[in-house]
Amino acid sequence: MIEINNISKSFAGKNVIHNISFCFEAGKTNMIIGESGSGKTTLLKCMVGLNELDTGQVLFDGRNFYDLDFNGKKEIRKEIGMLFQGGALFDSKTVEENVVFPISMFTDLSASEKKDRANFCLQRVNLENANHLYPSELSGGMKKRVAIARAIAVQPKYLFCDEPNSGLDPKTSIVIDNLIKEITEEYNITTMVITHDMNSVIEIGDNIMFIYKGQNWWEGDKREILKTDNKEVIDFVYATKFMKELKTKL
Amino acid sequence: MNIFFHFGRYFIFIKRAFAKPEKFSIYVNRIFEEMNILGVGSLGIVAIISVFMGAVITIQSAFNFESPLIPYYAIGVAVRDSMILEFSPAIVSLILAGKVGSSIASEIGTMRVTEQIDALEIMGINSAGYLIFPKIVASVLFNPILIIFSMFLGVAGGYIFGVLAGVVSPHQFVYGIQYDFRPFNVVYALIKSGVFAFIIASVPAYHGYYTKGGALEVGRSSTKGVVYSSVLILAFDLILTQLLLS
Repeated sequence: MIEINNISKSFAGKNVIHNISFCFEAGKTNMIIGESGSGKTTLLKCMVGLNELDTGQVLFDGRNFYDLDFNGKKEIRKEIGMLFQGGALFDSKTVEENVVFPISMFTDLSASEKKDRANFCLQRVNLENANHLYPSELSGGMKKRVAIARAIAVQPKYLFCDEPNSGLDPKTSIVIDNLIKEITEEYNITTMVITHDMNSVIEIGDNIMFIYKGQNWWEGDKREILKTDNKEVIDFVYATKFMKELKTKL
Repeated sequence: MNIFFHFGRYFIFIKRAFAKPEKFSIYVNRIFEEMNILGVGSLGIVAIISVFMGAVITIQSAFNFESPLIPYYAIGVAVRDSMILEFSPAIVSLILAGKVGSSIASEIGTMRVTEQIDALEIMGINSAGYLIFPKIVASVLFNPILIIFSMFLGVAGGYIFGVLAGVVSPHQFVYGIQYDFRPFNVVYALIKSGVFAFIIASVPAYHGYYTKGGALEVGRSSTKGVVYSSVLILAFDLILTQLLLS
């Protein structure tokens, strides 16, 4: 479980996120939604320490990340898997080497054990026979799946996904969404997904936080979000013609 | 004030790069990989430059030593000392600052803007240590080898072109390169090459590591890395020469 308490962050005097608190539950897909520029990615980066907080706490199962020294933070980060928007795969390494990399860094497994673990993770994301390809030879969906395989290679307790569906077709998006959901439940991971894709929210959103102008504007689950009377949430959720038609049927 | 900011951040960056490795065996493998990329990959350009530099020094020396008071073997002495004292350690390092420095800055800069460095940090890996430490060590270990290689090829180039052009006889040239040889000159050159290697690897890496933005900024970081490392090489060339030879 991850708890954030009264998180604030500003850049050059401008408040980007302001006094946000939320509880991300283990074994559930916790989603952060909001318009572009609302502060979603900044919040994620503050939670993992890629951006320093101005005020607030980030508690990983009770351990305040910002109270820890460099080595303490490193220990928590070893429990984190992260899926970046662009995949962030290592260009100079093959698919298999990308997945083996964290295993080599943090375990003393033999070469064959590492290879077996990498193959298991790649099979888990339905990506076989791609071990020797380089990231430049992969499609967008394949890159995301390799990134998920790399993120789960060392069995993380926390999984952060920054817009996992960006740039993907609807069919591949659903595959990635379902994969994240399955992995979260299977390994009881605390998963946090940043998105502005309402299909993903309705598909896999167990807990949802809507960020508006850098604040926690609304929270609930995927059923509640469709029935809320919060104006900003309604404007966001029913922004597309498809969703407006869906609303009339509800 | 900007220079003090960069100065301080550079030293913090170097301190992080030399922090205790997560797994030593992986770092050792990385050092050998970098030796192959940065060192062995530069052998060709170093060979070509050295041979031509040696040849040009021979012909220019012959042109300037036309006085009957100066013996022909002085051409060999000039080639040897020019190559050992300055051309091999300094000029070759400047060339490497361009070749290796731009490669390091653009590699690290691209990793930064494509979030690969963030990915390393999130995994709990000291990204500066994993990426930069092997490059610095490989460069400092391999650069002296390149410089010695350059010295031999420079003198050999001078000999071949000098003899072929008929400006010096083989006997006079060989006598010249043996005349009043001071081994300390080689030590001086190797000390310089070690310092220059540190600059060549660390300064462009620093500029690449702190790149913000996209492809345009990666290009700018690469240019800054090469320019600043070249200026620092020239500055340290002067400082070390004053300290070691005066």
